[in-house]
Amino acid sequence: MSEDEKKQSTMKDVINEKNQSLRDQKYNEYVEKVTPKHSWFINMCYAFFVGGIICTIGQIFTNLYISYGADKEKAALFTVVTLVFLSVVLTGFGIYPKLAKFGGAGTIVPITGFANSVAAPAIEFKREGQVFGIGCKIFTIAGPVILYGIFSSWLLGILYLILNWSKIM
Amino acid sequence: MGISMENGLSTNKSVGKQSVLFQNPPCVLGYSSIAGKKEGEGPLGSCFDIIEEDPLAGGKSWEDAESRLQKKAAELAIQKASLQPKDIRYLIAGDLLGQLIATSFGIVDLEIPMFGVYGACSTMGESISIAAMLIDGGFADKVIALTSSHFAGAEKQFRFPLDYGNQRPLAATWTVTGSGAVILGSPKEVKKLPEDTNPTIHITGITTGKVMDYGIKDSMNMGACMAPAAADVIFHNLSDFDRKPDYYDKIITGDLGYVGADILKDIMKEKGYDISKNHMDCGVEIFSKETQDTHSGGSGCGCSAITLTGYVFKKMIQREWKKVLFVPTGALLSTVSFNEGNSVPGIAHGVVIEIME
Repeated sequence: MSEDEKKQSTMKDVINEKNQSLRDQKYNEYVEKVTPKHSWFINMCYAFFVGGIICTIGQIFTNLYISYGADKEKAALFTVVTLVFLSVVLTGFGIYPKLAKFGGAGTIVPITGFANSVAAPAIEFKREGQVFGIGCKIFTIAGPVILYGIFSSWLLGILYLILNWSKIM
Repeated sequence: MGISMENGLSTNKSVGKQSVLFQNPPCVLGYSSIAGKKEGEGPLGSCFDIIEEDPLAGGKSWEDAESRLQKKAAELAIQKASLQPKDIRYLIAGDLLGQLIATSFGIVDLEIPMFGVYGACSTMGESISIAAMLIDGGFADKVIALTSSHFAGAEKQFRFPLDYGNQRPLAATWTVTGSGAVILGSPKEVKKLPEDTNPTIHITGITTGKVMDYGIKDSMNMGACMAPAAADVIFHNLSDFDRKPDYYDKIITGDLGYVGADILKDIMKEKGYDISKNHMDCGVEIFSKETQDTHSGGSGCGCSAITLTGYVFKKMIQREWKKVLFVPTGALLSTVSFNEGNSVPGIAHGVVIEIME
């Protein structure tokens, strides 16, 4: 089947298709065609706008901390802590999800999104107890980020070691 | 063809491939609808018996809240039928939560012998079907069919924690918070006062659905997953009973939403039946597309249940609709099946509801 024909799958093709896997394939194509989707361009603009605002707020804090006498590295650290704190508070009040609905990736990519993904399960699973609720489920969303973050830093560490070692050789 | 039975049963009630025609159509003795706040603010808000403003319904967790909704719905239906819980022979109930915990904890105080059923969001159709068969089969005189769903409980189990920030796709539906109950009784249980001129509502037949899988893997597009199942049930209902779509004043699907409803009409058209004139979807009706931002409409066991008990029965009592085919639809997925890469099969259960004077 060529690309053009693929997109033309109609309900008639689906109903008349006797082979089950072909039928499923045609139905998927049909559904793809009739299912409405968010406009990725508009979403991207929102994400750019909201993400930009979050980063600007971060910059404001950094400048503020520097003006109070912190060095650049410490100011960045304080900024991260502040943004995480704000995100958790906004999550607790149910404001962050509203922001995310509008801002999409703009709210997910910055550190505030990570904080939200940890705080939200903590709130949700509190009822199931401190250990099996919060303890076990706090990282249900952030878990993969943490695991593969550590794993890739470990891989890079080895790569760094090998490169260093080969230079020495 | 139906199984022929000559060992004791006087008539064979099975019709066609997967339908049943009741000999003494079970009668609706009482019904109730408990809706959540958002549902109460929707277009059908004025139809529901009780609107529960508190998302926790006075409970301590979402699951507890759903149990409380079920209990309230069951008690109200029993009260409206002027009965006591002890008068009910069987309770057929289910919900969306794992191991039906909303049901178990909700109905424990009622002390009614119980069958737990799982049909995902089609549970109301499944429980009414079984209840009606029990009654016409002579195994019970009064049976209550009950189901519920809760937005926050469903989100927690199937999707993300409530406060997690994400964007829902446009094909996604919004789980209805609510619980509906229907009490069925044998026709001789109907005690009508002479001044009561309202018709009685009867379950005259059922068409039981098969699990249908057309290979859709997108759990956020449940309308597309369930549309083939709904189409199959409607098709077999029409062919088993040898009826045309216009036999029914309304063909009411459960929670296909805007996306699924369009697909269903398309499938039926290709199969040679035009249902576009009398089709209605509970998921489309229950929320306002313009103001409530639910994307493709409502879903969940509660969606079809409270639309049936709050809205459809009202229309039937007013004689606006005399014959209705009620087809709640369910998407049979779990987070495990989804994560393991399975598709999302659908099921639907058809119930023929008619009024009699």
